[in-house]
Amino acid sequence: MFSVTVNDITKVYGKEKLVAVDRVSFSVNKGELFGLIGPDGAGKTSIFRMLTTLLLPDSGSATVNGYDIVKDYRLIRNTVGYMPGKFSLYQDLTVEENLHFFATVFGTGIQENYQLIKDIYVQIEPFKNRRAGKLSGGMKQKLALCCALIHKPTVLFLDEPTTGVDPVSRKEFWEMLKRLKAQGISIVVSTPYMDEADLCDRIALIQAGKILSVETPENIKAGYGDTLFAVKSANMYRLLETLKNYDKALSSYAFGEYAHVSLNDNKIHAGDIKQFLAGRNIQEAEVIPAAVTIEDCFIKFLKN
Amino acid sequence: MKQFMVFVRKEFYHVLRDRKTLLILFGMPVMQILIFGFALTNEVKNSRIVIMDEAKDPASQQLVARIASSKYFEIERTITGQRQIDEAFKAGKIKMALILPAGFNEALLHEHTAQVQVIADASDPNIATTLTNYIHSIVQDFQSELNETITAPYRIVPETRMLYNPQQKSVYSMVPGVMALILMLVCVMMTAISIVREKETGTMEILLVSPFKPFLVILSKAVPYLLLSFINIITILIMSVWLLELPVNGSIPLLLAVSILYIITCLSLGIFISIKTETQQAAMTISLMGMLLPTIMFSGFMFPIENMPLPLQVISNIVPAKWFNIIIKAVMIKGMGLMAIWKEVLILAGMTLFFLLAGLKSFKIRLA
Repeated sequence: MFSVTVNDITKVYGKEKLVAVDRVSFSVNKGELFGLIGPDGAGKTSIFRMLTTLLLPDSGSATVNGYDIVKDYRLIRNTVGYMPGKFSLYQDLTVEENLHFFATVFGTGIQENYQLIKDIYVQIEPFKNRRAGKLSGGMKQKLALCCALIHKPTVLFLDEPTTGVDPVSRKEFWEMLKRLKAQGISIVVSTPYMDEADLCDRIALIQAGKILSVETPENIKAGYGDTLFAVKSANMYRLLETLKNYDKALSSYAFGEYAHVSLNDNKIHAGDIKQFLAGRNIQEAEVIPAAVTIEDCFIKFLKN
Repeated sequence: MKQFMVFVRKEFYHVLRDRKTLLILFGMPVMQILIFGFALTNEVKNSRIVIMDEAKDPASQQLVARIASSKYFEIERTITGQRQIDEAFKAGKIKMALILPAGFNEALLHEHTAQVQVIADASDPNIATTLTNYIHSIVQDFQSELNETITAPYRIVPETRMLYNPQQKSVYSMVPGVMALILMLVCVMMTAISIVREKETGTMEILLVSPFKPFLVILSKAVPYLLLSFINIITILIMSVWLLELPVNGSIPLLLAVSILYIITCLSLGIFISIKTETQQAAMTISLMGMLLPTIMFSGFMFPIENMPLPLQVISNIVPAKWFNIIIKAVMIKGMGLMAIWKEVLILAGMTLFFLLAGLKSFKIRLA
C-alpha cells in the first residue's frame, strides 16, 4: 500500500519555460520516512507543492492516500499535514493561540490529538504565552510541526524542516520524526543536508529537477562500487590542486576537513597515493580508507 | 461555525495587537472630523477691514457701527487718507477697505442716493466675492431700515430661506463627505492588506492545505472590520452632534443601517483588491491612490458633480462614496426616509454583490 505515488510529473515555470521538475517518479510506502535529498533549487519545494495540491503539474500524475492531486484536492487537504519551508505561522499570535487556531481550522481540538504532539509540545509549553515571532529558530520549527500534526494527518509533508536550525535541534527533530513514524504516519521530508539522508528509510536523490536514484541509504552506499580514500595534509588547497592531476583517480573533492579521492582500481592502496603525493612535494599527507557516504554517492551520480 | 469563530477571533488579535493598525483605525476618523469640522471651513470670518469715513455724520456712523458688530468683519482702524489704504493693502494686513465720501447723510436725505466705495483684495477671488457679498447685505439691511420711514413707490423684497441649513454652516456638507471618505479609507485599506498579508507571510499556504473554504476566509476577514467600523460610525456621529452641533434630522436606525451597508460595500471592495494583489505594498497603494482621489473628487463633497463635464459625471457613478454621500445627506440633514433613497441603496447593494462575487471568483485555491 502506497501513501504517495508520483508518475512522471513535470513542472514548468513562466515564459522562459524553466523546468523545475522533470518527469519525476517515486512512491512512498505506508508508514515510511521518505527523504527528498538535493541542493537548493533542485525542485524539492515544487514537488512538495504539487503533492499538497498547491500547484498543478504540467504533465504526469500523482496520488496521496490514493486520491488524485488534481481531481481530489479537497480530500487530500483534509488528511495531510504540511509544513512549508518558510516559517508560516501567525507571528503575532502566541504559541498556544497558533496551535488552537490550526486545531480548530481542521475541525479538531488540542486535547483530542495531544498524545501525538505531547513529546514535542512539552518542550515549547513553557513558552506557550510567547508570541510565535519571538521564538528561536528551533522552537519555531517545533511549533510548526505541532501545528502540522494537530489534526492527526495520515501523511506528513515537511519541506526542509531543519534548514537554519542548530545541530542539536536538528538531531532532536529527526528523533521526533522517528517517533511519529512509529505511530504509523507516513512522512515525506526534504533536506539539503546529505548527512540527514541516513536517517530516512528510503531516499530520492534529486538534482536540477531530475531524480538520480530512489533507494534505501544503505543500498545507495552499497552500490557505490569504487574505492574511496580520505586524504589530509597541512596545505589543503595545494593538496586538492595536486590530486586533480592524479591520473589514477576517478574524482577528488573537498569533504569536510579531508579530501576524498575515489578510484575504480582496488589494487591501489593508501601507500600508492602517499607515494604520488610525495613525488609532488607533499610529504606528510595522511591517507586512510574512507567509508562511503551519501554525499560521495551524490557526487558520483552528478559526474555520470 | 466553530472554525469561523476562531478565525474571527484570530483577525481581532491581528488588529488589536498592532498599534499602527489601531491608530489608523480609530485615530484617523477622529482626526479627520476635527480637521474638517473646525480647521478647514469655507466660511470667512473676522476679516480685517479699514474704513475711511470722510462724512462722519449720523448715517455714516450708523453704517460703520453695523459693520463693526458683524462677526464677519473686524475693523482694523479708521483712516483718513487714500494713501494709507494702499499701504494697508500692500502690507497685507487687510482684506477690504470701505470709503464713505463726505456728505453721505446729505446725499442720502436729499438726493435719495448715496455712494460707498468698496475695495477688496481679490488675490483670492473667492474670499473677495464672499466679503463683498457680506458688505452688500449689510448695506442692504441698513437701506431697508431707512426705507421703512419713507414709502418707496415700487419695491420687491426677496425673502430668502436657506432650507435644511439656515445658517449655511459648512459642517453640514463636510460631515457626510468626511464620513464617506473615512469609512472608505479605513475599510478598504484594512481589508485590502488583510488577505494579501497571509499570502506574503506564507500562512495562506497552510490555510489552503486545510479544509477551510474560501468563502469562510472572506467572511471571517470582513466581520471584525465591520464591527470596528461600526464603532467608528458611532464615534463620528457622536462627535458631529455634540462637537460640531450638527443635528441628525432623520431616523437614526435608518442612518445606521445605510452606514452598515456602505461599510460592507467598502469591505467587499477591499477584499476584492486583496485577492487580486500579491503584495501588501501593492494592495496599500491601490487602495490609497485608487480610492482616496476618486472619493474626494467624485463623492460630491468637495466639488459639485453637476458642474463637471459629462464624462466625469458618468465616471462619478462608479464611486460608492457618491451614493453614500447622497444617502447620508438625505437621511441626516434633510430627514428623509427610505422611500427617498431606495435607488441609491439598491446601487450600493449591487456594488457590494459585484465585489463579493468577483472576489470569490478570483480567490485562488492554489498558489499559482
